[in-house]
Amino acid sequence: MADENNAHHDEHHDDHHEGNFFTKYIFSLDHKVIAKQFLFTGMFWAIIGGGMSILFRLQLGFPDMNLDWLRPLLGDWITTEGKIDPEFYLALVTMHGTIMVFFVLTAGLSGTFSNFLIPLQIGARDMASGFMNMLSYWFFFLSGVIMFISLFLSTGPASGGWVIYPPLSALPDAMLGSQGGMTLWLVAMVFFIVSSLLGGINYVTTVINLRTKGMSFARLPLTIWAFFLTAVIGLLSFPVLFSAALLLVFDRSFGTSFYLSDIYIAGEALPNTGGSALLFQHLFWFLGHPEVYIVILPSLGITSEIISTNSRKPIFGYRAMVGSLLGITILSFVVWAHHMFVTGMNPFLGSIFMFLTLIIAVPSAVKVFNYLTTLWRGNIVFTPAMLFSIGLVSLFISGGLTGIFLGNSAIDIQLHDTYFVVAHFHIVMGSASFFGMVAGIYHWFPKMFGRMMDDKLGYVHFWLTFVGVYLVFFPMHYIGVAGFPRRYYSFTNFDAFSSFTDLNMFVSAAAIITFGSQFIFVFNFIFSIFKGRKATLNPWRSNTLEWTTPRVPGHGNWPGEIPTVYRWPYDYSKPGAEEDFIPQTVPYSETPESNLPHENELIDQEEVQQEGITVDEASE
Amino acid sequence: MLTFAIIAGLVLLVVLLLLLFRINSLADVMKTEAQRRASTSNRVNAILMMVFLIGACALFFWYSIARQNEYKLPVASDHGIVTDNLFWISTVVTGIVFIITHILLFWFSYKYQYKKNAKAHYYPENNKLEIYWTVIPAIVLTGLVFSGWKAWSDITDKAPEGAEVVEIVGQQFQWSARYPGKDKQLGAFDFRKIDDENSLGIDFSDKSSFDDFIPRKIYLPVNRPVEFKIRAKDVLHSVYVPHFRLKMDAVPGMPTRFWFVPNKTTAQMREDLNNSGNPVWQEIDPNTGEPKWKNFNYELACTEICGRGHFSMKMLIEVVEEAEYKEWYAQQKSWLSTHEDYLSKVPADLKELAVISAGIESDKNN
Repeated sequence: MADENNAHHDEHHDDHHEGNFFTKYIFSLDHKVIAKQFLFTGMFWAIIGGGMSILFRLQLGFPDMNLDWLRPLLGDWITTEGKIDPEFYLALVTMHGTIMVFFVLTAGLSGTFSNFLIPLQIGARDMASGFMNMLSYWFFFLSGVIMFISLFLSTGPASGGWVIYPPLSALPDAMLGSQGGMTLWLVAMVFFIVSSLLGGINYVTTVINLRTKGMSFARLPLTIWAFFLTAVIGLLSFPVLFSAALLLVFDRSFGTSFYLSDIYIAGEALPNTGGSALLFQHLFWFLGHPEVYIVILPSLGITSEIISTNSRKPIFGYRAMVGSLLGITILSFVVWAHHMFVTGMNPFLGSIFMFLTLIIAVPSAVKVFNYLTTLWRGNIVFTPAMLFSIGLVSLFISGGLTGIFLGNSAIDIQLHDTYFVVAHFHIVMGSASFFGMVAGIYHWFPKMFGRMMDDKLGYVHFWLTFVGVYLVFFPMHYIGVAGFPRRYYSFTNFDAFSSFTDLNMFVSAAAIITFGSQFIFVFNFIFSIFKGRKATLNPWRSNTLEWTTPRVPGHGNWPGEIPTVYRWPYDYSKPGAEEDFIPQTVPYSETPESNLPHENELIDQEEVQQEGITVDEASE
Repeated sequence: MLTFAIIAGLVLLVVLLLLLFRINSLADVMKTEAQRRASTSNRVNAILMMVFLIGACALFFWYSIARQNEYKLPVASDHGIVTDNLFWISTVVTGIVFIITHILLFWFSYKYQYKKNAKAHYYPENNKLEIYWTVIPAIVLTGLVFSGWKAWSDITDKAPEGAEVVEIVGQQFQWSARYPGKDKQLGAFDFRKIDDENSLGIDFSDKSSFDDFIPRKIYLPVNRPVEFKIRAKDVLHSVYVPHFRLKMDAVPGMPTRFWFVPNKTTAQMREDLNNSGNPVWQEIDPNTGEPKWKNFNYELACTEICGRGHFSMKMLIEVVEEAEYKEWYAQQKSWLSTHEDYLSKVPADLKELAVISAGIESDKNN
């Protein structure tokens, strides 16, 4: 069994072999270093991606503003009239989406927390394959370098929207961004997919094989359940994006007609016939929809852990939480075509996908109610992480509810591709997962760097961000109901879209303030790494295994033997117990005063367990 | 000088904030863990939760009511009335859930804030509750889905017999409309036949195409089913008429369609807007110097990103009374009659027919 292997490895891991600078910090095999690499890279991309949104918000909010002062940054993409070039506007929108969805909320989020927490919370020395883990980061890095280079092409980066629908993305004549920028986008995404798969295989393998003694699946923290299922979704869906991208590469470069048919462009009829533009959309959304769950599930896992810890209460309905995660995982694969109700897809298929889509709202609702009940009669400590988790729940509700409109194909006819959609997904997927990510950073910072982040700055950061995010995205619902289409450079051409200049200005101003206040966080983060108050071993009085490691865990995580796990991770405020938390490493035999009847029965098995025989799940 | 003052002011502000931060964090080191948990900040955060709840709710209701004149879009199609109803039903249902869950979220956060001697209630599960809040949302959602499904099936059903057919073609960056002409049959097309003049690729070997006409503006009869047959020449576009609640992608190589019943003429809509009591429509449009209702038009826009000019693909639609429509329709000259060169593309045996169908008066071609 894996556990025994672990035990054998213990002696080897204890002598902490110091490598040189390169093996320790650059090409490191240590999951904690790799996690930090993902985190730093993710933050870098978040600033770039967020900054892009500020640029196009300037255009949308202040269409008459003279933007000549941006010329040093954007060069000729600022037209002679001092405006952002319409094609570069589309490029900004496209790159903002790509960067945020893939680089920040997929790699930055899963890459950071799956890597950091899986071994620490399940009690493993490291990932199943440290080498693959390292490759995963460096493929991501390479992907980022290529994407970054594409920003500087004279024809600009990809600009057909982050969904890169062909024929627009397939035809270099259709727009500038479909030239070199699109090629680099595809190459970058291929490396990104490789990175995701390498990471995902590792996460799944590690969770299945390397759990410590006593850490049955039923005792896994919800974070691990979420990371595990996220990795499963990624493994099943990213290959489909890979094939979609590959076929697009063929269409672009080798004259095939997978997606192209009956096209007349730039004064000539193309020879392609028989392809289907819809095929790409099906393939894309077969990843694209699971992708939004890849983005949100880790955040929901992180939030479950933080809300339980800081409410000083067990998470309500652990099994229902796992069940709804599983439900979401499975259903996420059968709802993709709700992005395509009005693409010309057979309307009967639309009906099917409408039913399936609204089913997925049920497990999401269960999660929300469980969060609320966890808060009920708690003893809530508002750490910055807790604030961001509560913020996530609020955003998850707000954005989830608008999904019920969009999942209804009849209502979607009007709302599709309007600002209502922009509001919906920025709240439920963008902001909510971003909040989860930030909450995770505040919560596990002490374990990452051995120091505390400043609470007060965290509070200021939270309130500015929380209020800011709502002020940016909530008004977009009204703009969407009024019919404004997304990805419009300007609205002045249409009488129907000529109102709301004031609201657009307001949204842009709110966006600038919200983006600006993220630098409070960046400052707090960097400052605290070097000068933060030294962390105690278990600053949040939490139950999970990572808090049993030294303040700054070395290679191999635990200096001695890996601790054994005896109970689930949510024994907070147990009646009879002296403290309001009982870590997973405390056996039931040591807590007779707080044991529930069925737990007393487990005491006998604990002795067996200590003798080194693994307890399988049947004993639960 | 002013810029300098502003920059200096900002720099001072940042220095001051940094100083405050440093003093605060130095003082913070002295605190014990227990003090940290029951700090003033904890209370302040709890209070802010309530402030946020009340403030945000107030703002939400105020804006939704005060500005409804602006965000509520007039509707002018039969199915649009149905989908609008569905929208507002969903808004009420989700609105109730939205408000209740948020009250609970922030109220619990406030009420159960950390107290030194309190202990949280150990409450790990309750299967009954889980079943309730699985089943109840499922029932509510089923209700919403079924009403949506019914509407969707009706809307996407086959167009009724005798529906007025109009072909809408998207290209970078404009729309074109083609009417079938007197025979009410749209002629065939082929993308290989597209050239500078025959921009829709009309195939003149098909006799239905002789009388097809291509107007600059779309005219539609009121209260009669209209079917848009939609295609694209180059990349994806999407036909979007906000006031008709109509949207359908235009896909190269895959014709799509959407049928609907426009139920208000443009003139009627203008009149209704004038009498609606909505001040927005009485505002003076700076471009025309007239109140906005006077120049109201139905607009066709593109909602699928299609390149540089995506935001400018506009075509006007005018809905008119049946009689006026018939008159307009009869006046339209066939495309072939205004481009007589293309008679050479007509097969020899059909030429005579073409000349008659297209309404070409003098027989120059022979």
